[in-house]
Amino acid sequence: MTEVFQQLINGLALGAIYGLIALGYTMVYGVLRFINFAHGDVFMLGAFAGYYFAPLVNRFLPAQSYFGGALVLVLAMVVCALIGMLIEFLAYRPLRNRPKLTVLITAIGVSLFIEYTCQHAAVFGAAPRKFPDLIPATTWHIGGLVIASSQVIVLVTTLILLIALRFIVQKTKVGTAMRAVSFNEQAAVLMGVNINRIISFTFGLGSALAAAGGILYAMNYSSIEPLMGVQTGLKAFVAAVVGGIGNLPGAALGGLILGIVETFAGGIPGLSNYRDGIAFAILILILLFRPSGLLGKPQVEKV
Amino acid sequence: MLEIKNLAVSYGAINALHGISLSVKAGSIVTLIGSNGAGKSTTLRAISGLVKPQSGEILYAGQNLAGLPAHQIVRLGLSQVPEGRMVFANLTVHENLMMGAYLQHDKAVIRRELELVFHTFPRLKEREQQIAGTLSGGEQQMLAIGRALMSRPKFLMLDEPSLGIAPLLVKTIFEKIVEINRTHGITILLVEQNANLALEISQFGYVLETGKIILSDHSAALRQNPQVKSAYLGG
Ligand SMILES: Nc1ncnc2c1ncn2[C@@H]1O[C@H](COP(=O)(O)OP(=O)(O)OP(=O)(O)O)[C@@H](O)[C@H]1O
Ligand SMILES: [Mg+2]
Repeated sequence: MTEVFQQLINGLALGAIYGLIALGYTMVYGVLRFINFAHGDVFMLGAFAGYYFAPLVNRFLPAQSYFGGALVLVLAMVVCALIGMLIEFLAYRPLRNRPKLTVLITAIGVSLFIEYTCQHAAVFGAAPRKFPDLIPATTWHIGGLVIASSQVIVLVTTLILLIALRFIVQKTKVGTAMRAVSFNEQAAVLMGVNINRIISFTFGLGSALAAAGGILYAMNYSSIEPLMGVQTGLKAFVAAVVGGIGNLPGAALGGLILGIVETFAGGIPGLSNYRDGIAFAILILILLFRPSGLLGKPQVEKV
Repeated sequence: MLEIKNLAVSYGAINALHGISLSVKAGSIVTLIGSNGAGKSTTLRAISGLVKPQSGEILYAGQNLAGLPAHQIVRLGLSQVPEGRMVFANLTVHENLMMGAYLQHDKAVIRRELELVFHTFPRLKEREQQIAGTLSGGEQQMLAIGRALMSRPKFLMLDEPSLGIAPLLVKTIFEKIVEINRTHGITILLVEQNANLALEISQFGYVLETGKIILSDHSAALRQNPQVKSAYLGG
């Protein structure tokens, strides 16, 4: 029983990270109807931003402090928000009225560009690096459970970010405009909405969440490298699809499910190497029964 | 107030408008009638900046709108109730109305405008927190008009407000259109296939056929015109 709880905690922490990244995929899909394949790389850039900000922040805030860690997180989120907006501006905006396939392929190109540029020795280099400890490394033993402070921080941070996101999307003017644009872009334009601004904002928001995911991931797995966004990004994308692409709570839910399933699959003796395979098989099963995802609404093709 | 000169619009190889000219006097209701595919919606889309004109001018208060981005045209006081209503079905009635006031930053002004819209369409107040997608067709049309009013337009375009609505409700909606014109002093350009009603409430009318204006006259005269009678008024 303890074992199950332990796995559940590990799975929740991992799933929260997938969820944060999945939100960016699903938000961009909501307003632009395409998958930003470079999103996983923004997650990676978030981790690296944290890596470089940590020593700077430690000049005036003590290393391994919650305040310092929070500041690193915020800085990385801001930088990645700007990067995400820049990617949209340079790569996707010029293709706004082109076929979606063109944009999709461009996104793959952007992704490869970021990955291979970052592997260059003059940028980050290909070798993995140790991520600095941002917060006091504590482990608590409760009953038979072992809980690391970094896991608690993942869950707390994710919860705060989800609440903030919900507030932005549901209660603010820009959030209402995001939902309006995602439902009917033309009608939103007729209200005087500058679509470019809303799209830019959406990219910024999604990228900031991916950056948070990157920092939280790096805190828990302690090593970072330029290709770390490939697999994690893919999984988060799958999480977004499982939750119902375009649906925000769905993305968070899909992430949690994927994290938990993957962790439990990894805990089965003798099968831990097939962890991803098992996780994806279960996700395919979910999609077989609910093709538009757990919380997605069946798409009615408009005529 | 609005003057269109030789406006031509094409969608790729399809020419939807072949150089039309029309004008709308401040304070009036002008209607544009025509059958399916005549180019009525295209005309409104061009005024709102949703499609770029190939040539011609769209002068509003002396300024040429052709080429301005759509969101800036709204800022100048032109608002459109698009064909098929296009309410944000995923938003509440209240949120839809707030989207209408998107460019308005003064909270007090928004509140006053909301009161006016609720005064015109009391039904919307009853349904304020309801998701717009669950409203009836007629209610959605009221919402679409209310939403357009929230931007406090001086010039309002309506694209087939009678489309798919029960005849009794159509009458109510047309009464509201007249009320909006009279009491709010909003100039109206009304696109309709229901020529009967449109010519009844308007002062001037244009008849559009395959991208060309084939007739224009005072509405009362158009209603007596044999050509209009046989083609649009059912004999
Ligand atoms: N997005 C588009 N792409 C290509 N052709 C279009 C497009 N929109 C309209 N058209 C064409 O332009 C012409 C005019 O269309 P428009 O929608 O303006 O007609 P309408 O008078 O509003 O008709 P209806 O009464 O059916 O709404 C039609 O021949 C139509 O097929
Ligand atoms: Mg039309």
